[in-house]
Amino acid sequence: MGDEHGIVASGLVREFKKGPRAVDGIDLLVHPGEIFGFLGPNGAGKSTTVHMLTTLLPPTAGTATVAGFDIVRQGPQVRAAIGAALQEAALDPLLTGREHLKLQTTLQGLPRSERARRGELLLERVGLSQAADRKVRGYSGGMKRRLDLALALVHSPRILFLDEPTTGLDVQSRTALWDEVRRLARDDGVTVFLTTQYLEEADVLANRVGIIDHGRIVAEGTPAQLKAEVGRPTVEVVPADPDESERAAAIIARFGEPCAGARGVAVRLRTGEADLAEIIRALDAEGVKIENLELHQPSLDDVFLAKTGRSLEGAGEEEEELEPVLEPA
Amino acid sequence: MTDAFADQVALLARRSVVRTARQPANVVFPLVFPLLLLAVNSSGLRSATHLPGFPTDSYLAFALAVPFIQGALFATMNAGTDLARDIQTGFLNRLALTPMRSIALLAGQLGGVMVMTLIQAAVWIAAGLLLGVHFAAGPLGIVVLFVYALLIGLGFGALGAFLALRTGSGEAIQGLFPVFFVFLFISSMALPRNLIETDWFRTAATINPVSYLLEGVRSLIIIGWDPEALGLGFGIGAVLAAVALSLATMALHTRMERT
Repeated sequence: MGDEHGIVASGLVREFKKGPRAVDGIDLLVHPGEIFGFLGPNGAGKSTTVHMLTTLLPPTAGTATVAGFDIVRQGPQVRAAIGAALQEAALDPLLTGREHLKLQTTLQGLPRSERARRGELLLERVGLSQAADRKVRGYSGGMKRRLDLALALVHSPRILFLDEPTTGLDVQSRTALWDEVRRLARDDGVTVFLTTQYLEEADVLANRVGIIDHGRIVAEGTPAQLKAEVGRPTVEVVPADPDESERAAAIIARFGEPCAGARGVAVRLRTGEADLAEIIRALDAEGVKIENLELHQPSLDDVFLAKTGRSLEGAGEEEEELEPVLEPA
Repeated sequence: MTDAFADQVALLARRSVVRTARQPANVVFPLVFPLLLLAVNSSGLRSATHLPGFPTDSYLAFALAVPFIQGALFATMNAGTDLARDIQTGFLNRLALTPMRSIALLAGQLGGVMVMTLIQAAVWIAAGLLLGVHFAAGPLGIVVLFVYALLIGLGFGALGAFLALRTGSGEAIQGLFPVFFVFLFISSMALPRNLIETDWFRTAATINPVSYLLEGVRSLIIIGWDPEALGLGFGIGAVLAAVALSLATMALHTRMERT
């Protein structure tokens, strides 16, 4: 602990009136310049954590510093150092994109001479220059998210909080937003704290991932570390001739323990993917023709399954999101 | 007031006006409905001017006070629903993350309401002048009428803001709108209090502060300078504004709680 320029939380708790602990004693360490993915199902406590770290909600217990400032005692300094695009793009449908930027640059206290230039720069960066004078109610979901991101960047924050930034976006918009987030971290050195319920998003975008469930962090590390913790890759072989399945199963069993395959026969590899070439050679030597051969790496869903006993996909459907409210407990 | 604070208030007031202007129903209805009601009442209730003791021979002049209060009621609803929408969409959270002083939001929102109130008051006065109403208090009275309209607009606008900040729901504000209208209907809206024959109605109109707000406007139009009516009107308007602003400020502080 003690990195004064990232995010450090210790035993952070938030209780709501007549409700369970939405956040139940989490510890976090987010290094400066990294993209930290905060992964969990709906109702896990992601948004409540973000509301506490962004000073919008006082914690019931625990401490946290953001950019080196205490979230309870140094709220204004925290807010000056962060940008945030919270869940659901918080935009005024009756204003244009340019008017949003004008409002945000003024409220953030930028000098008058810089406001218009900064606004134009950000509109261009997020690809909204052409649509800048259209009312936001005519924007697509992706355009709203990009404007939301531009507004969060008005005052050049060191730390950026993105609360489920791609929920509901199409693949193209999602990819464009990922590219911009990567660029911010890589070129501008911005620390990104990103909550998501999408496994793929955490996997491809985050340097490190924290998995939260029922208000507690159940796993933390790089995606590769987390996957390595839960198991080795599996290989699934589909023989060209279905009658050869038993023989194929016997051959690949030399390389690991048999396990269930979706279409063919499968083994969990004893020594990892390095055995792949040997498996192909062995099947070829025995004259087993192959229709398909697939290597399955453990996914973050496997990690979630291993840590919670449930699959992340659909886990949120069992739970009810505790909407953060700005009222003291 | 610092430059930064003034900038924030001016921009938020401008936003409030722009939002209203971009919702035609919010502009047209508050202007058309009171004028329509004025036209209907002033022709349908014209014979009331023959009642002994009726203060004027022009029912139009008598009824012209009503749009001022109706306009203020619309200001309540518009200010409230706009603010409630900001809460529901998370826009308030965005503002809370800026260094903006939270009071700038209330000042800006109410600044916008007062601009709309001024426009409405200009329309009512212009309509009265065009239809031949003689303003007994003269040009200075018209100036005082604008100030009075602003005070009432401020009070009702702050009340709408308070309700929005407490409930966070535009639907709740709209649900309360008919309740406000009931206060208008059980006032001296249609007849002077001393000419209301039904006892309970007269009593209700007498304890209803809306009656005194109406009579303040009416005195400038049909009497001239009536210190008692003006004093009561301005006094009740000032109390309403002070109470509503205090409540709204406290509610805003709670709603925009940040560490």
